[in-house]
Amino acid sequence: MSEALKVPTMAEYMAQGKQPEVLFWVGCAGSFDDRAKKITKAFAKLLNNAGVDFAVLGTEESCTGDPAKRAGNEFLFQMQAMMNIQVLDGYEIKKIVTTCPHCFNTLKNEYPDLGGNYEVMHHTQFLKSLMNEGRLKVEGGKFKGKRITFHDPCYLGRANNEYEAPRELLQKLEVELVEMKRCKTRGLCCGAGGAQMFKEPEKGNKDINVERTEEAIETQPSIIAAGCPFCNTMITDGVKAKEKEASIQVMDIAEMIANAADL
Amino acid sequence: MQYIPNILFLVILIFGIGYFTKNIRKIIRNIKLGQAVDASDNKGQRWNNVIRIALGQSKMVVRPIPGLLHLIVYLGFIIINIEVLEIIIDGIFGTHRIFSSLGSFYGFLIASFEILAVLVFVSVIVFWIRRNIIRLKRFWNPEMKGWPKNDGNFILYFEMVLMTLFLIMNATDVHFQEMNNGNIVSKYIAGWMSVTPESTLYIIERVAWWLHIVGILIFLNYLYFSKHLHIILAFPNVYFGSVTPKGKFTNLESVTNEVKLMMDPSADPYAAPPEGAETPAKFGASDVMDLTTTQLLNAYTCTECGRCTSECPANQTGKKLSPRKIMMDTRDRLEEVGKNVDKNVEFQPDGKQLLDDYISREELWACTTCNACVEACPVSIDPLSIIMSMRQYLVMEQSAAPNELNITMTNIENNAAPWPFNQMDRANWINES
Ligand code: SF4
Ligand code: SF4
Repeated sequence: MSEALKVPTMAEYMAQGKQPEVLFWVGCAGSFDDRAKKITKAFAKLLNNAGVDFAVLGTEESCTGDPAKRAGNEFLFQMQAMMNIQVLDGYEIKKIVTTCPHCFNTLKNEYPDLGGNYEVMHHTQFLKSLMNEGRLKVEGGKFKGKRITFHDPCYLGRANNEYEAPRELLQKLEVELVEMKRCKTRGLCCGAGGAQMFKEPEKGNKDINVERTEEAIETQPSIIAAGCPFCNTMITDGVKAKEKEASIQVMDIAEMIANAADL
Repeated sequence: MQYIPNILFLVILIFGIGYFTKNIRKIIRNIKLGQAVDASDNKGQRWNNVIRIALGQSKMVVRPIPGLLHLIVYLGFIIINIEVLEIIIDGIFGTHRIFSSLGSFYGFLIASFEILAVLVFVSVIVFWIRRNIIRLKRFWNPEMKGWPKNDGNFILYFEMVLMTLFLIMNATDVHFQEMNNGNIVSKYIAGWMSVTPESTLYIIERVAWWLHIVGILIFLNYLYFSKHLHIILAFPNVYFGSVTPKGKFTNLESVTNEVKLMMDPSADPYAAPPEGAETPAKFGASDVMDLTTTQLLNAYTCTECGRCTSECPANQTGKKLSPRKIMMDTRDRLEEVGKNVDKNVEFQPDGKQLLDDYISREELWACTTCNACVEACPVSIDPLSIIMSMRQYLVMEQSAAPNELNITMTNIENNAAPWPFNQMDRANWINES
């Protein structure tokens, strides 16, 4: 653990008359869920480390409305969206990065029709661009040569056709990337999307996260890499259900990069 | 007297095409029972999709074996139909193989038709084996009982019969065999029949010729009752399909207007709606008329292949949801509504609707909105959008979400997060170690 995190808020920036390079949209899971908060911090460390001038909305951030929309509550979604757009536009935000593919998708695809136009990036895309610009060093370190499989988040992959950014980062970590049978366009959902995260599943013969975790375990990985706080929770639960938590870790790519650099 | 066959032919042809046209019109009318959508945008992208996905079958190659077989049947089907043109001209004017004057080019054409006919025949047999002997799982889901299962097989039998008739017709055509131009496959069949007297061959040839063209007309009219409608509708369906990222769900405009009104402090909530503004009948969909014309076209286009269902995480883990069934139910209900309109001119409430009578809530709530079904569909159908429209109805018109989701939504409303945390604690993570 090196120095403390530097995470300024937009309000502070505004008071100083400054505009950050990018807004880090933390998301509800990233703000409140204990596991997801670790991802948030890892990413913030990487931003600090790369010298990115960023800020968060802090207490002014609120749910993008994704779970409401996908549960069918268009009213609540649009209320949330309009309020968020007011806040974002009030701060004249141009560019947003987020560690949650659901926030990413909603901000990027569903806000423009409601008047909110921003350049939105998923954190794996942003990290990739930092790496390409030479601002961020991504090196294997302790992950070098480790067997790792990557679970495509639906809202990053199929929903937005981004399959390569996370894989390029993993490649840079010099891991041995093994793909699951169902990957990329045919990747199997973790079971959390469409507001399923917040309810019990319907009657069936298996939980989706267990089905997905079993497939991941078949590749005999030491780490299952994820790019979404919800996938992370679902697969972590799956690994526990299969009693594999001693041999298999579930980690976000941001955590892996931060970890490799000993941040 | 000598014109009787010509007249008979014309009558059959006109009846066959006439009945087909009537049913196509009915389909168009039924689709227009839905809510109009604007698809005048992105013309270039839309045509590109038609060429790539519909004509080029780009999605079919994801599964190489059925993809290749399907390509053969599809190409065979289109190309062999050039032959139908000759049959129609011969039938109307009483000529015989009118194009044969094209010489060696004619031979080339017929030779390719004959080879394709054999390939189609073989592919169709493999399809039949996959359905009935190997019993691929996606052909045996619960929604594939009864008519859908038979329908799938009927089409295969149809193709087998038509291809056989085509080859027999060529083999028994003494004149054509004597020309020895293009009879690349049929000459072997003719060889087996060499002992048959010429007069018998003539009769067989005529019978095969008539059965072949009548068979094609029956096939054409069978389409309307079958999942096989996709051979026509795939093209418009792909054209009208989505041209935005799959993650982008449409924002309901009717809701936007109300939300704007609610958020605008200067708006007078009691003001009469502006001239020409329609008050939306309802939010979301409980029946087929609430769906969009694109969603209804989707339903008619679905070929019940089950690629969507076999990729669906909910279905794979034993939930009741099957995206294919969503499409089949929508079509069945739309047909029912269409019959109602046939009878009563305008739709008369029949005490039924798509929700509950066809699609259960349990199915709707099992969806993770993962888009696997949309990705898998070879003809750009979007089962997810129908699920979403129906969820919208359940939540916004009936407040009938599962209780845990109601709690989630209340949390979002009150604390700006799906969990009961205070918005003021949102930045606490920064200082936590
Ligand atoms: S979007 Fe819904 S219906 Fe489609 S595959 Fe995913 S879970 Fe199944
Ligand atoms: S929706 Fe598409 S993938 Fe699903 S059964 Fe119909 S045609 Fe096949």
